[in-house]
Amino acid sequence: MRTKIRVGVLAGAVLLSGTAGAQTEIQWWHSMQGALNDKVNELANGFNASQKEYKVVAIFKGQYPESMTAAIAAFRAGNAPHILQVFEVGTATMMSAKGAIKPVYELMKEAGEPFDAKNYLPAVAGYYTDSKGNMLSLPFNSSTPVFYVNKDALKKAGLDGTAPKTWKEFAVVAGKLKAAGQQCVYSTGWPAWVHVENFSAWHNLPIGTRENGIAGTDTEFKINSPQHVRHVQMLADFAKKGLFTYSGRKNEAEARFFSGECAMLTSSSGAQANIRRNAKFDFSVNFLPYHDDIKGAPQNSIIGGASLWVMTGKKPAEYRGVTKFFSYLSSTSVQVDWHKSTGYVPITNAAYEVTKKDGYYEKVPGADIAVRQLANKAPTPNSKGLRFGNYVQGREVIEEEMEGVFAGKKDAKAAMDAAVRRGNEILKKFQAANKS
Amino acid sequence: MEKRVVFRSAWLPYALLAPQIAVTIVFFFWPAAQAFWYSFQIQDAFGINKEFVGLRNFADLIHDSNYLASFQTTAIFSLLVAGSGIAISLALAAMADRVLRGALAYKTLLIWPYAVAPAVAGVLWAFLFAPSIGIVTYVIRKAGYNWDWVLQGDQAMLLVVMAATWKQISYNFLFFLAGLQSIPRSLVEAAAIDGAGPARRFWTIVFPLLSPTTFFLLVVNIVYAFFDTFGVIDSTTQGGPAGATQILVYKVYYDGVKAGDLGGSSAQSVILMLIVIALTVAQFRFIERKVQY
Repeated sequence: MRTKIRVGVLAGAVLLSGTAGAQTEIQWWHSMQGALNDKVNELANGFNASQKEYKVVAIFKGQYPESMTAAIAAFRAGNAPHILQVFEVGTATMMSAKGAIKPVYELMKEAGEPFDAKNYLPAVAGYYTDSKGNMLSLPFNSSTPVFYVNKDALKKAGLDGTAPKTWKEFAVVAGKLKAAGQQCVYSTGWPAWVHVENFSAWHNLPIGTRENGIAGTDTEFKINSPQHVRHVQMLADFAKKGLFTYSGRKNEAEARFFSGECAMLTSSSGAQANIRRNAKFDFSVNFLPYHDDIKGAPQNSIIGGASLWVMTGKKPAEYRGVTKFFSYLSSTSVQVDWHKSTGYVPITNAAYEVTKKDGYYEKVPGADIAVRQLANKAPTPNSKGLRFGNYVQGREVIEEEMEGVFAGKKDAKAAMDAAVRRGNEILKKFQAANKS
Repeated sequence: MEKRVVFRSAWLPYALLAPQIAVTIVFFFWPAAQAFWYSFQIQDAFGINKEFVGLRNFADLIHDSNYLASFQTTAIFSLLVAGSGIAISLALAAMADRVLRGALAYKTLLIWPYAVAPAVAGVLWAFLFAPSIGIVTYVIRKAGYNWDWVLQGDQAMLLVVMAATWKQISYNFLFFLAGLQSIPRSLVEAAAIDGAGPARRFWTIVFPLLSPTTFFLLVVNIVYAFFDTFGVIDSTTQGGPAGATQILVYKVYYDGVKAGDLGGSSAQSVILMLIVIALTVAQFRFIERKVQY
């Protein structure tokens, strides 16, 4: 209701100002807060100023789960927005909602808008394409976990400040930091995303069967392999020795890093802007550590973030506007600016090349780590991405089990077995609810 | 001397009740009926595929160890919140009842927390006890104790119990104070003359006479712990760590709203509904008999 009134007021304002008679309005619901919210408005305004036919109205609808819930409720009530920003774990849910979403490749084809999925960074686009290579939603804000190191803290501990490359080196560095009196040696944001999903991709191990669920909903989790168990057990051992401090399931650890409390951090590459602004010490951005005894490691990491989905039931003229807007978003200049100002990875190859030629990465060292890590090797079925039904729930199950291990209440093997068992129940339920 | 108003009109009483009944139907019965209907279905988040599955959602719940654990968590949580809430507020009321000077100031301060919204109360306590920046955490750490409710389930439970109880003490306090003030002075004084000390007077005279109030508060507090503590939990632990503070009502919200599993969530609401009905009936039928009015 409120939205309608707001949109109505905006439309009225447009009519009164007389700049455009019959602009077609496109609603875009998103979850970008603070500085990112301003940036989203800038994108909408930029598009609106670039042509006269369409008007994109960007509306903040709460955090990712809330905006998705709001859109689902709106869809059930018959007034969904045109474009909806959905976080990566909601991808399978959106994909399976066949009557509710309009795949981007189909939309572009119908509108005759030039569009080639190959222009998009494979590690990013792969997450949002079906097994036939058709892009279903437009990648928007993508990040990947990276490894941040407080160089000053390392030097204080008598090290030369270079970040450890493998987990073996990591253990040595961590021990020295601890011995030098570092209160919190290492912490991580997004534990399941970093230490299960990306751990798997980075070591070319499956997260689940059927290409991590991308090839079909009849998938099962594979995260209780000996390698997974060993990795989680390693973290638990670190925790016991005081080398790893658990901070929570979201990005709580980031503040502990830039405040100097924790010396090392694995978290989203999107945290860079914040860290750069707040850290009063010299830090480096690095590739995630890997286990050098696992064959094929390091492979490539996978993304997190969100993509833009188009909802069904809109008029053809409105859809044409959506395609124009998507082309605008994918244009090189917009992408370069988005990448530089937000720290999210560019979604097109062209934007990455231009930023590289600009010399931006020499000026801001570490800004290219995310892209380089995503494109480290050509993605395999294990490292293309993942698509599990109700994965909001599934990820939570994994995190619950990991917390049990870090608290010393469960051993890693039992916990990962339980995560697989409980996760598979969720997958089965999703499969039953989404038979087509 | 009971006052009784008799309506002579055939329709007026119904007309007067109508707004309340309408509200009850629209906001209570209708959603409850909907939850009941959804609990027999499996549907995707968007409601495109709906399938009637009979009791399957309920069967799934019985086999879900997580759900059973949530039962236990809820039981512990409600008992702790209701028990400590009642005990502390009774002690406070008994003391406030004896204060002669500045009684109003004490009472006002004790009632104050009731005006705080649950979510605000939760955030307040979460900040005080935050693992890396909390003031109280700092003191606890100094004392050599490892306080980290982000990872330690029992500490997280302690935190939400404290926050939830703190909010409810004011409410209990008001009722206890009113109850204490309605106890005839002569009874207490007679006992004092007979040589009964303050403790004895409290346990043999005051406490039994307060039993209707205590009983009423027990019902209200348990219902409070079951439902109204949602805000406290959502703003602090969000059910974690490892589900240690995931009470039933939080799981309903989580599964239905965040995870998009409407069938499973509805089945849980139906069970929750039954529990609260059973609890209330049991309390009134069995416990009430032992209460001296």
